[in-house]
Amino acid sequence: MTSEERQEPVQGQEQGREKPQDLRPHDVARPGRFGDFGGRYVPEALIPALEELDEARQKAAVDPAFTEELARLHRTYTGRPSILTEVPRFAEHCGGVRVLLKREDLNHTGSHKINNVLAQALLTVRMGKRRVIAETGAGQHGVATATAAALLGLDCTVYMGKVDTERQALNVARMRMLGAEVVAVEHGSATLKDAINEALRDWVTNVETTHYLIGTVTGPHPFPEMVRDFHKIIGEEAREQVAELTGGLPDAVIACVGGGSNAMGIFHAFIPDRQVRLIGVEAGGEGIESGRHAARFASASPGVLHGAMSYLMQDDDGQTVESHSISAGLDYPSVGPEHAYLRDSGRAEYRYATDDQVMVAFDLLCKTEGIIPAIESAHALAGAMEVGREIAAECGPTAASETVLLINLSGRGDKDMHTAAEYFGLLPGEDEGRGTGVRA
Amino acid sequence: MSVREVLDRCAAQGRPALIAYLPVGYPTVEGSIAAMRAVVESGADIVEVGVPYSDPVMDGAVIQEAAETALARGVRVDDAFAAVSAVRESGGTPVVMSYYNIVLHRGVARFAADLSAAGGAGLITPDLIPDEAGDWIEASDAYHLDRIFLVAPSSTPERLAAVTSACRGFVYAASTMGVTGVRSEVGDAAADLVERVRAVTDLPVCVGLGVSTGDQAAAVGAFADGVIVGSALVRALKADLDPAGGNTGELDPDLRTLRSTTAELADGVRRARTTTGSR
Repeated sequence: MTSEERQEPVQGQEQGREKPQDLRPHDVARPGRFGDFGGRYVPEALIPALEELDEARQKAAVDPAFTEELARLHRTYTGRPSILTEVPRFAEHCGGVRVLLKREDLNHTGSHKINNVLAQALLTVRMGKRRVIAETGAGQHGVATATAAALLGLDCTVYMGKVDTERQALNVARMRMLGAEVVAVEHGSATLKDAINEALRDWVTNVETTHYLIGTVTGPHPFPEMVRDFHKIIGEEAREQVAELTGGLPDAVIACVGGGSNAMGIFHAFIPDRQVRLIGVEAGGEGIESGRHAARFASASPGVLHGAMSYLMQDDDGQTVESHSISAGLDYPSVGPEHAYLRDSGRAEYRYATDDQVMVAFDLLCKTEGIIPAIESAHALAGAMEVGREIAAECGPTAASETVLLINLSGRGDKDMHTAAEYFGLLPGEDEGRGTGVRA
Repeated sequence: MSVREVLDRCAAQGRPALIAYLPVGYPTVEGSIAAMRAVVESGADIVEVGVPYSDPVMDGAVIQEAAETALARGVRVDDAFAAVSAVRESGGTPVVMSYYNIVLHRGVARFAADLSAAGGAGLITPDLIPDEAGDWIEASDAYHLDRIFLVAPSSTPERLAAVTSACRGFVYAASTMGVTGVRSEVGDAAADLVERVRAVTDLPVCVGLGVSTGDQAAAVGAFADGVIVGSALVRALKADLDPAGGNTGELDPDLRTLRSTTAELADGVRRARTTTGSR
């Protein structure tokens, strides 16, 4: 179990991990479980590799040779700690609350993904493996993996749904530029879930030499726990930075949730702080009624996909239902099992933002603050706009002005310019399209 | 007849069993049931009725495509139970192969009840390990169903002992590291794995993944209690589509390619332990 020291003592120490006594996500008798969620629903052939990985990451967590090298890379390669930016002009549209952005968009490669990727790539080397494989939807995790592979001299194959390679052609070029092989997956819906299927098939075949560098907090144990641990630095930094700026804790922490890695990363340090609301924002797509969305908690039921038990969009027979979102990074029919646990236990709350709400928030942040967010992260911004306005309506303007919302700005929007330009009609020769709405 | 009785009967005949996999719903539900009857008539001892699944991570291209076709044409889980009944009526012994979410979503106990009622002998679970199978172990005990878990060349001796102790009927040994598909050769890993499995259990050991020809069936059958063939049969069934040419989606009513492929494999298992059996 990995756990970094906390400043103040926290009750309920167990296996070196802090947790409040009334919230026990880890069943000691069933490792890798978050309540009923998680587990290892994979072919037997992969079990030895998962055991090896679990052992390697536990040893690494207490080995200074690993932790110091990772800290050095965070500092000198990624650019950590990422800064905290207060955005008052954007906050005017959030009911007048204070809004702070944790700037993971400023990391090398443009998103939080690099935190986990560098750590797993170092683990790959420690396990004596020379090849990494990865799945990618929008291409962010693929680019981060290709980057780490180049840095550490590993072979790299990235699986990407054919539909996504077409939507994200520039990221395909980036990955190839970095030396990775990109395989377009044509089976099934030819999107992220099918890319994961193909990566799992590769892993079953080449597991002796290859590490599957999963990019989010899902998959079989130990991935959900491990990937969270590699991202929890986000929340640990932010908790200190908010305290420095405001003298206290934020009132709410808000993050977008696809698989849920950036959200787990920023939530984790705040889980014991019961007064802090943890709010995940899923992709509402074209609305729940349309069926074209990725709001798992709004519509789905428990099921198993890609090795983990969690909430799953599925039909009457248990076949996976395709998800939809304007952001490829949130377009996934399941969600990390720890989120399922946090939701059912009531510790975190989940809402969704539709494509249109998200693009309003996207446009607003650009125009009011000069920051172009990833469309994924714009879901968190849209959620903050709603939450802020709800607080103002309930508690009045004075209380609102004393309320602090911390948002994980998990990625930058360069990759989304094509989607945004199309949505808003910004390309030369095009009609005004929907037009950008804000003249702030 | 139970799976174990079939395997014992084959053993008494001095040969391994031929276990034929076909997915229900490919090319249609009726076509797949006709195909299952045909493989029984052509010498398959056990039929593995595959339930098409949207995310089949243990399957290679041939079975993936068949599953996609079946799902696109609206196959349902209920159709698998109808296929199980049909196999039973035609004198074969049916087991079901299903990814776990299909079982979980129906309700593990209800799935077991339906499988038992249809005449199914047991269930093969490619993505369920015994460690996660508490509900299924309980339900399969209640309904006297065989539960067939997989072992792989990567399995440690400890895993082999743990997995085989949870199995009933037979142990499914994956011949190679990888997914289902036709391979030009089935390597030595299979023989080594079967030997390691026999060191920890008395259960029959059947080998799957990669077997496609009579000679391969004979070679694998020399050391295994059963030879499992999937992709090669699905490919043969595909070849029986559109016998008159064109792209009509019509199935050869005689299923000639499927029958001849099955007969070749059945011949293979029958010469597996004779001196003429080839490696």
